Amino acid sequence: MVTLQHYLFLSAALFTLGVIGVMFRRNLIVILMSLELMLNAVNLTFIAFARYLGSVEGQIIVLFVMVVAAAEVAVGLAIAVTVFRQRGSINVDEVNLMKW
Amino acid sequence: METVLFYILGAITLASAFCVVFLQRPIHNVLFMIITMIGIAGLFILLHAEFIAMVQLIVYAGAVMVLFLFVIMLLNLDQLSLSHDSRAARRWVGVVAAVGLLVLVASIFRAFTPRGGTGTLMLDKAGQISNTEVVARELFTTYLLPFEITSVLLLAAIIGAVILARKRSGKTAKG
Repeated sequence: MVTLQHYLFLSAALFTLGVIGVMFRRNLIVILMSLELMLNAVNLTFIAFARYLGSVEGQIIVLFVMVVAAAEVAVGLAIAVTVFRQRGSINVDEVNLMKW
Repeated sequence: METVLFYILGAITLASAFCVVFLQRPIHNVLFMIITMIGIAGLFILLHAEFIAMVQLIVYAGAVMVLFLFVIMLLNLDQLSLSHDSRAARRWVGVVAAVGLLVLVASIFRAFTPRGGTGTLMLDKAGQISNTEVVARELFTTYLLPFEITSVLLLAAIIGAVILARKRSGKTAKG
């Protein structure tokens, strides 16, 4: 019998892995991918609640989250390409011109 | 049956997410991310959200991850090794905070029965009504305005991405 807690724990674990990825990796592309992992974990939470509460609003907001995530990935990767053209590497430690 | 499927899909998703975060080459990260997306789509189907599962496969695994692959191959990245930097201690604080949050969430949700709900999922009529129709029923009536606004958001994202990724025309100050 799979309860809501099973799905919530799974999505919390996925979210934690995404946070670890954003904090630990220095490659900009992998940071963007960990961000997508966090968004997927949140989508899983919404769908789990939609099913266990019997209301479809959870699924609708997942559609909007997917739209926003796709737009964000497009713009984020365009920024990554621009940074690579300027600096020759996408190590985020080297994007530090404005650092005090 | 549902329990077995949940554990299999959950194990696949968690293992792939672990590989996404901790492997070194970006191509490996992207490929394991695709497997994670497919695992999550399987979990969506298990949760009676078939339309959202297909949208996840098409949009996320089919478009977003392919975009990642294109950018990785365009930039022609070498294998980046984990650099030793002095802020490693600060990052471990972040990891401890994240794991602490996970433990806190797990303990809060231990005795938690969800109440309420609006009955709009129509699970009792799941034999006659498809999930697509259920989603469309709410999306195009109650939530029509956010739906139209997302089209404006996508337009802004398209214009922004095209302008950002355009090669500079190389006009230097002459004369």
